[in-house]
Amino acid sequence: MLRLIARRFGLMMLIMFVVTLLLFLANEADPLRVARSVLGPYAQPEQLDLWIQQNGYDRSLAIRYLDWIGRLLVGDLGQSVIYKRPVGEIFWTRLANTGILAGITFVIMVLLALVLGVLAGMAEGSPRDRFISVLSIATTSVPEYASAVILMAIFVFWLGWLPGTSSMMAGFSWIEMVLPVSVLVLYGFGYIARMTRASMAEVMTTHYIRTAVLKGLPYKHIILKHALRNALIAPFTVIMLQINWLLSGVVVTEYAFGYKGFGALLLEAALRRDIYVIEACGVAAVFVAVFTQTLGDLGYTYLNPRIRFK
Amino acid sequence: MPDDIRPDTDVPVLEIEDLRLSYYTRAGEIPAVMDFSLKVNAGESVGLVGESGCGKSTVANGIMRYMGKNGGIVGGTIKFKGRDMAEMSDEEVRRLRGAEIAMIYQEPMAALNPSMTIADQLTEVLTEHEGIGRQEAAERAAEMLDAVHIPDPRRLMDSYPHQISGGQQQRVVIAMALLSRPSLLLLDEPTTALDVTVEAGIVELIAELSEKTGASLLYISHNLGLMLEVCDRICVMYSGEVVEQGSIDSIFSWPKHPYTHGLFGCIPLPHADKNARPLAAIRGQLPLPHQRPKGCYFGPRCDFFVQEKCGQQQIPMEEVTTDNDPVHRVRCARWNEVDTSTAMIAGEAREPAPVGEVVLEVDNMKKYYEVKDSSFGAMLSGQSMRYVKANETINFRARRSETIGIVGESGCGKSTFAKVLMGLETATDGEVRLNHVNIGAIPVRSRTADQLSSLQMVFQNPNDTLNPSHTIGGQIGRVIKHFGIEKDPAKIHERVMNLLDTVKLPRAFAERKPRQLSGGQKQRVGIARAFAGNPSTVIADEPISALDVSVAAAVTELLMDIQREHETTLLFISHDLSAVRYLADRIVVMYLGQIMERGTTDEVFAPPYHPYTEALLSAVPIADPEIEKRRIVLEGNLPSVLDPPAGCPFCTRCPRVLGDICENERPPVQIDGEGHAIACHIPLDELRQVEPVLKVPNELEKKRSLMLKQARAKKAAAEAAAAEAAAASARARAAAAEAALADELVADADAAIKQDQT
Amino acid sequence: MAEQTETLDMPVRENSLQRWLKAIALLRESPVGMVGGGIVVFFILISIFAPLISPYDPNANLVPFVTPFSTVDDKFFLFGTDQLGRDILSRLIWGGQRVLFYATAATLSAYAVGIVMGLAAGYSKGWVDEAISFVANVILSFPVMVLYVLIIATLGASGLNIIFAVVFASSPGIMRIVRGLTLDISTREYIAAAQTRGESAWFIMMVEILPNARGPLIVDFCLRMGYTTITIGALGFLGLGLPPPDPDWGGMITEARAFVMGGFPHMAIIPACAVSLLVLGFNLLADGLREVSLKD
Repeated sequence: MLRLIARRFGLMMLIMFVVTLLLFLANEADPLRVARSVLGPYAQPEQLDLWIQQNGYDRSLAIRYLDWIGRLLVGDLGQSVIYKRPVGEIFWTRLANTGILAGITFVIMVLLALVLGVLAGMAEGSPRDRFISVLSIATTSVPEYASAVILMAIFVFWLGWLPGTSSMMAGFSWIEMVLPVSVLVLYGFGYIARMTRASMAEVMTTHYIRTAVLKGLPYKHIILKHALRNALIAPFTVIMLQINWLLSGVVVTEYAFGYKGFGALLLEAALRRDIYVIEACGVAAVFVAVFTQTLGDLGYTYLNPRIRFK
Repeated sequence: MPDDIRPDTDVPVLEIEDLRLSYYTRAGEIPAVMDFSLKVNAGESVGLVGESGCGKSTVANGIMRYMGKNGGIVGGTIKFKGRDMAEMSDEEVRRLRGAEIAMIYQEPMAALNPSMTIADQLTEVLTEHEGIGRQEAAERAAEMLDAVHIPDPRRLMDSYPHQISGGQQQRVVIAMALLSRPSLLLLDEPTTALDVTVEAGIVELIAELSEKTGASLLYISHNLGLMLEVCDRICVMYSGEVVEQGSIDSIFSWPKHPYTHGLFGCIPLPHADKNARPLAAIRGQLPLPHQRPKGCYFGPRCDFFVQEKCGQQQIPMEEVTTDNDPVHRVRCARWNEVDTSTAMIAGEAREPAPVGEVVLEVDNMKKYYEVKDSSFGAMLSGQSMRYVKANETINFRARRSETIGIVGESGCGKSTFAKVLMGLETATDGEVRLNHVNIGAIPVRSRTADQLSSLQMVFQNPNDTLNPSHTIGGQIGRVIKHFGIEKDPAKIHERVMNLLDTVKLPRAFAERKPRQLSGGQKQRVGIARAFAGNPSTVIADEPISALDVSVAAAVTELLMDIQREHETTLLFISHDLSAVRYLADRIVVMYLGQIMERGTTDEVFAPPYHPYTEALLSAVPIADPEIEKRRIVLEGNLPSVLDPPAGCPFCTRCPRVLGDICENERPPVQIDGEGHAIACHIPLDELRQVEPVLKVPNELEKKRSLMLKQARAKKAAAEAAAAEAAAASARARAAAAEAALADELVADADAAIKQDQT
Repeated sequence: MAEQTETLDMPVRENSLQRWLKAIALLRESPVGMVGGGIVVFFILISIFAPLISPYDPNANLVPFVTPFSTVDDKFFLFGTDQLGRDILSRLIWGGQRVLFYATAATLSAYAVGIVMGLAAGYSKGWVDEAISFVANVILSFPVMVLYVLIIATLGASGLNIIFAVVFASSPGIMRIVRGLTLDISTREYIAAAQTRGESAWFIMMVEILPNARGPLIVDFCLRMGYTTITIGALGFLGLGLPPPDPDWGGMITEARAFVMGGFPHMAIIPACAVSLLVLGFNLLADGLREVSLKD
């Protein structure tokens, strides 16, 4: 088990290395381009040269990469071009905001999906199963940007119950969280629910469930002790992978509701070529994704005794 | 135990009458079991035998009332200890399951929950049904594990199912079934997934436990030989109906139904011989449930079919009155007209094929796999690379037209051996010479077209052997084209048609996809494909093990016919000693990657035996009550290939083990006569003293014994008749006396009246 | 032999039309799949006949801010018009054509790459497999939308770049599926049979393995079509989509967002519903196909 953890984390570091290298090459391979994006399109060639020299961009690519990694590791993320401030000052608050949004969404989404998935998978082919299945396909078919405008029209324009933006100008507000969270949950829960349903339905047809039934155990006991434990192993990986997807949805949702999170920051930076912000956001996004995947893999191994005691 | 279920020995444990079970599909109701009646008395063991799809497992599910969403009981009654189960509520049935009626399943690995410990899975039976505490339940579970002969039960209870071997898993399942002392045990093919030497242990255990606990058994299997070892009575099923039932003796000695009779002709019993007494396969195949014929379901496959008698209406079960078996009943309209009981049936005798020059030579062939051992211990000791010796020093040669049987249980290396021959793996050491060219080190991609086409293979799994995306004709044609035997499409087509004729399939099959074919038909196509390139040698890796008995016999005969015609060398790889004995000229017995014994079939099946061969011979169930068998049941399980014993691979289970020498030293190969080799430390002279495992009566003895049995039965019947007649005559006498008395009385009365009148 | 007479009425090889009809007949078993198929076919027909059925030029500025079901100046606007007076129905029809075209082109290209990579990785195993799988792992470790934003922001928004981004981002997923199927199918005996008669790796991958992977791949293709549709819309929504002024559903939503609160929610809701409906069609079709293939 210890070896497995070491291996998984080794792989994670390797992926992070490649990803940072890619991000670095895509953004900073050409010093002239970096200088231009920092100084703006109207900078003179001499100004650009001077900037390149002053900021060490005349060094070799490898040295610059190592230098950049070193500064990343100590938390120096560079200077934002748009905000004219250190990236760190904006970045961490934005990341925290996204953390709150994603965290609330995640908890609601997973609980909803697991309950519905198990209820559907327990009785495969029943009207209940069909209803839940079609419901989860339908909600998964409505992308965040579509449900955002539809919910906005209903709850903001017609009913007037909720605010239309979630910029949190006056500090954190629960009511402003309702729409972004709903949009993300609505789009995201269906996938987990369907995976859980499939897993549960499969478990219910296994021979060991037949054994449990023919042992004369009560139905509740069969579901709780025999079926659930096995049925939830497979969705666990899916749930951890879903964090990666959630980060995707966050970009669209934050943009749609003007939520000041990391997704909106990334989008803004990408559109305006704020390279240090792009790099910071890219590294953070991949780190979160890879880290949760690694945890997911390890958790799967831990949950599955067939692998655990090999 | 609930009060309303009395352990009354007079009431049968299970009484089924006219049971009908059906499944509902998109096509409508499909009857799975019809008109099924059976009585199981306390302590009795009844067998339910039949080929796949005959409905035998459905009966077990019906008894358990576990038919799934699309199945149900359509008619008839099931009484458990006199109580109609149809009247029980779901809750009552639940309390019966696992407590009063328990089940043992085919695949123990699948039947156990992978994420619960053995202890949890065992104790919950007791805590649920008997309401006792966990501690006490664990105590009883451990005792039960001990009773099923599991060493160190306490340690095992903390394990998960995947951590123990298949044989142990099945013992755990048996322990689980017996925990709350059921009165009825349903066993659904409990040993089919196990190796034959492990199976022997389980069968012995079942017999022992049913004796000890007094539970009645309903034993479901496709294997008639097993029935003989376990059951008192058997029911033979065909296409959803019982076609014949009776005591073991009457079914095995004078089967009345042509199907039962035909089954015996399909089993390679020890006195069958591929030349003198070949198997007689039943033609055709089991009808699909919605295509059952009118009248007798076996009609289209039956040699005694008569339209007026058999093809009109449902055939009822009738009592067989010609023997003294009160429970012998048969579903055949002509059972009394047709003589099925006399001689064993056999196909037409053939001339043995002359054996030619040496085609294949295997010399000291070794195949090792490297396994990276990445545990810390191995890294520290510097032995991070270990070798799995899948094949160790394999030696033999095969001649033209000869059949070599390679026999062994799982993990014995027989499949690895086939892979090396085919070039899917290369030999680590030694030589494999095909037509005098060493091909052992040449991977398949580097072999010449000639080498490829002269060595072809027939595979095991009919559902896997053909590509589901392509037509039959296309797949056979591809071989012909690929090997350049024909170039012209018309000629290729013609050859495909000829090959289909050879394997006795209709030509129209060329346009079909594999899923439109039955298992036996697919296997025939696989044979056609192997022979399409005119190979000099064909390897058949368990070609019939996935087929039903009657189909397997037909495929076996076909394979040998083609072999005879093409003078092919056949390497027949199998776990089934009976099949190997039947069709091989010479046999190689393998265990854990090594050859234990090799020689002609007669040599291998007679002393001197290798102790493993001896045990293997004893383990194979034989469906012939005339054959006497010495029982040898091996202890323990097959060791892992990853960690074989240092000396003789068989030393951990060998009943004749000498001591340290077996554990530490490789046994020498001792040669007895011309080609009979035994790898064992025990001197040949000593091995020669061993008694034969099987006592096969010769033809005359067999006839005599059968006649004796028949005479005995006739005598018994005659005595019964005489007794009945005597009783009748006694009754007649009594009646006459009564009549006489009456007469007297009348006379008296008359006299009295007369007196009165006067 | 009685069975031999069957040769006379030997079935003729099915042509591809018959096979399609058969597949549709099979799909009839699943009502959900039929609904999905119907929706997809509906959108495809509309795209093909866009020039015939679109009532107005999608870029023509007619009457701004017309609500649905109204007639202005003798012109009937089923879905109303937008802030620039363009007919929403016409824009929807032409936008649908564009979305379907790019989604199909991008998904097919991603499949071409993914299938080749997956077959190579799954069949050859060893270092080829490890190398391909590692590259796939790296790409898949990016949250998809982050990857899209990075790629499009670097390369610029154009139809071709969108196709490239989709291929880059989704072919690793396809590769993983194909690899898994290949690993599974490689263990079958008919593959061993092909190997033992010395077939080339290319033949085995293309003729023996790929046709047997088609079931799960067709289902996955439908799902991915839906997902690519969502992605193209999302890029349009974020302002990274197909260039204006030609209509694009995502772009229509983002442009109309500001007017939801201004009293014209229909301008955003209608394209939002169109995307959702098309994606629903693909998802239902995929579900139906899966159900039917499991039954078979």
